Amino acid sequence: MNSAATPVKKRTPTDWQGAEMQKRIRKRYGAERRFKFIGLGAVLISAAFLAFLLFVMVGNGLRGFTQTELPVELDFPAMTGGASPSQFEGQNAKANLRTLGVQDIVEASIQIQYGEEGTNLFSTGGWQRVRKEILKNPDIVETKATIYLPVQSDIDVAYKGTGSDSAEAKVAELSDSLSTGFNWNFLFNSDATDPMQVGIWGALKGSLITMFITLIIAFPIGVLSALYMEEYAPKNRFTDLIEVSINNLAAVPSIIFGLLGLAVFLNIFGLPRSAALVGGLTLALMTMPVIVISGRNAVKAVPPSIREAALGIGASKMQVVFHHVLPLALPGILTGTIIGMARALGETAPLLMIGMRAFIATPPSGITEPATVLPVQIFLWSDEVNRGFVEKTSAAIIILLLFLLTMNALAIYLRNRFETRW
Amino acid sequence: MTELLDCSSSIEYPNARPNEGSTMTETTATTISAGDGPLKMTTRNVNVFYGEKQAIKDVSIDVALDNVTAFIGPSGCGKSTFLRCLNRMNDTIPIARVTGKITLEGEDIYAPQMDVVQLRARVGMVFQKPNPFPKSIYDNIAYGPRIHGLANSKDELDHIVESSLQRAGLWGEVQDRLQDSGTALSGGQQQRLCIARAIAVDPEVILMDEPCSALDPIATAKIEELIHELRGKYAIVIVTHNMQQAARVSQRTAFFHLGTLVEYGVTSDIFTNPTEEKTRDYITGRYG
Amino acid sequence: MTNSSMEHTVKAFDTDINELRGMVAEIGGRSEQAIAKAMRALEKHDLKLAAEVVAEDKIIDDLEKRIDELTIQTIALRAPMADDLRELIATFKISGVVERIGDYAKNIAKRVPVIASTHKLRPASLLPSMSNVASELVRDSLEAFARRDADLAVDVCDRDQIVDDFYTSIFRSVVTFMIENPKDIGEAAHLLFIAKNLERIGDHATNVAEMVYFAAKGEPMPERDRGNSPTDFVDEPEDGS
Repeated sequence: MNSAATPVKKRTPTDWQGAEMQKRIRKRYGAERRFKFIGLGAVLISAAFLAFLLFVMVGNGLRGFTQTELPVELDFPAMTGGASPSQFEGQNAKANLRTLGVQDIVEASIQIQYGEEGTNLFSTGGWQRVRKEILKNPDIVETKATIYLPVQSDIDVAYKGTGSDSAEAKVAELSDSLSTGFNWNFLFNSDATDPMQVGIWGALKGSLITMFITLIIAFPIGVLSALYMEEYAPKNRFTDLIEVSINNLAAVPSIIFGLLGLAVFLNIFGLPRSAALVGGLTLALMTMPVIVISGRNAVKAVPPSIREAALGIGASKMQVVFHHVLPLALPGILTGTIIGMARALGETAPLLMIGMRAFIATPPSGITEPATVLPVQIFLWSDEVNRGFVEKTSAAIIILLLFLLTMNALAIYLRNRFETRW
Repeated sequence: MTELLDCSSSIEYPNARPNEGSTMTETTATTISAGDGPLKMTTRNVNVFYGEKQAIKDVSIDVALDNVTAFIGPSGCGKSTFLRCLNRMNDTIPIARVTGKITLEGEDIYAPQMDVVQLRARVGMVFQKPNPFPKSIYDNIAYGPRIHGLANSKDELDHIVESSLQRAGLWGEVQDRLQDSGTALSGGQQQRLCIARAIAVDPEVILMDEPCSALDPIATAKIEELIHELRGKYAIVIVTHNMQQAARVSQRTAFFHLGTLVEYGVTSDIFTNPTEEKTRDYITGRYG
Repeated sequence: MTNSSMEHTVKAFDTDINELRGMVAEIGGRSEQAIAKAMRALEKHDLKLAAEVVAEDKIIDDLEKRIDELTIQTIALRAPMADDLRELIATFKISGVVERIGDYAKNIAKRVPVIASTHKLRPASLLPSMSNVASELVRDSLEAFARRDADLAVDVCDRDQIVDDFYTSIFRSVVTFMIENPKDIGEAAHLLFIAKNLERIGDHATNVAEMVYFAAKGEPMPERDRGNSPTDFVDEPEDGS
């Protein structure tokens, strides 16, 4: 078997210590060092871009969370003509407030304090805060109170940075009265024309509802498709075709899905325009291929020895898939789902196509009500002429980033919980 | 004539070999029925095709309850393929086609009315690389009884788990850590866990596909001792390419070569005085 | 049935087996030589030659020990099966038997100084022929081992009958001589023992042949019909030979 018929040519012994070898060693070390530095450089550049983004956003946006305020002295007993606190408690409170005419009271107080033109100093919806105060603490109507109301947008801009000349003049004039307070409106209001009144809550709620719909449609369909294609489908040309199609779907530009949504959901099915339901359906179409692909990879990664072991003790195919394959593939599936959802969260183009660009002044209360989502809201605000919207746009971006961060953190938590060690 | 064969009294040469001295044709093999005790599985004229390629040619063999049967042969001779026919694991391979008749306790296992899932509980399998589920030791053993509905209460399940682990010789080592992960055990313990898992569903036959090839000698010896203890409770068929292991562990040995069954006989005869030249060449290390 | 002519995949196994075969051939050859020398020493009353035979028996003993060692080692290291295993077991037993043949030859040589001259002892004239036959048996049995020839082994067992017949007739004539020449009983007794040794050598050769048959066939040699033994004609009840 090992008989050597022809003698093997002798090799010259290798000189491991010679100059040639030393040169090779040095070259190799050099190449490895260079590669390490290049890698480090790449990481640093990416980190720098990220840092730049954060810095700019936070720098611009933090101011959006604050608002400039002026104090207003309200002499309630004089203004209301002796209203009693009990009127503003319980069920009749809101009705009584309406008859009271809080807005007029406030405007009158402002005029008293700041003169005829005083109302121009304040944001138009500012009087709402007084209303809220009365509802919160009805005893206040028996006292004289000083309540801080937000100023007009121009003055706000001038106070925080540079504004128009007239606004700057006003700021100079009122500098000792002006103060800065936290802008709770921003978190709880919806879209408005006045930048001092806008809030992200409407868009945020719309995003949440849309995401929810996307999830409950895309996740089951995607996971079950992945399981079927990997475990049950026969390997023939037809299934190959389906596989290629799904892979390609994941790369399709998102605006095409918007057109699809427009044509199918709005025109053929006649669903209400701008509804969260339609948005969710469209985004689900977009997210499903991503879930299927990552789901298939996760299922493929489950070693066949586990399947054989389960089959060997008499588990049926379904039991093998649901008791063994799915739990082990779950971390991978969840990762894919989160990637898909994060992408869907930030999508603007397809949602614009299906009409979620309307002006939504109240948060949606159901899935068929008109809604908008955060990215679209950001897009709309960035289009506004009023200088006051600049910081609001950046502030909204910060909220969006926080939302994404929370989603990712939740995903990592879920993945770690379901990760079983081998 | 029909003596029950006992490995320890191998000095006598019981005349249980019907075709003694005759030439064996390629297509039929000797089957030993007399002197073997009750038969658990019989196979007749089994052929296995992978697409166009024929992997097993006309094999007929009987597996008795009281015997450990070993399949030996060089790589690629089809012993694992044949083993997998016995519990229809070849069904999971789409291009595999099995012809011939295989019966378990007289029932044809390829008949339409035979439920594959139940068959695989009755004919258990232990694989080459230990493959415990990534669950706790308790859940590993309890999984089979749960899905087949073999236990009506938690106490019954506990009892099944304990007796399976005891039968597998693992109880003493794991009784106070049943909730630990099955994959945290050593290789030999994992394999015994897999054997316990197969025992838990109360099988009639246990198939072992090279169970010790991934284990060190001490773990191997423990498994061989375990096989010896299980003999007679379950019919055991073991595929091994370690001839010494086949010699140590089995009472009947079948030698496969290129998909054919070349020789099947009493283990002590095969290893001291085989009939076929191919068998002799293989076991004396002259093969190839 | 001969062994497969194929070599073992592990060449060292073949090396070991060949070494053992060589050693068995050597110990056989030396034992044969010892028989021949001892008989020549007896005929010529050559005391020096006889002393050589006695001394060289040590080599045979050492050789047997080495064969034992190597056989045990080969069994442990090579895990032999089937015909390899039978051959090694046969080697083990044959070396012991051949060593005893050597001892018998030594025993014959030891008696040489005591026997003054063979000329006086006519009954001893058959001894050389007997020893030739016995030697041939030894040689043929070892040849059968080398060639794994079961038929030759059977033949050796059959031919042992000749040695037994020789012994029977030498026994009769020496006993007759003893009765007629009581004063030479001592030397005659030694002749008897020498004849006995030769007869035992023949028996041992058949033991070797039986081992060879087992190694080749895997079954023990079938029982053969034995002819008359010296005890057959003795009127007294069996006292042993």
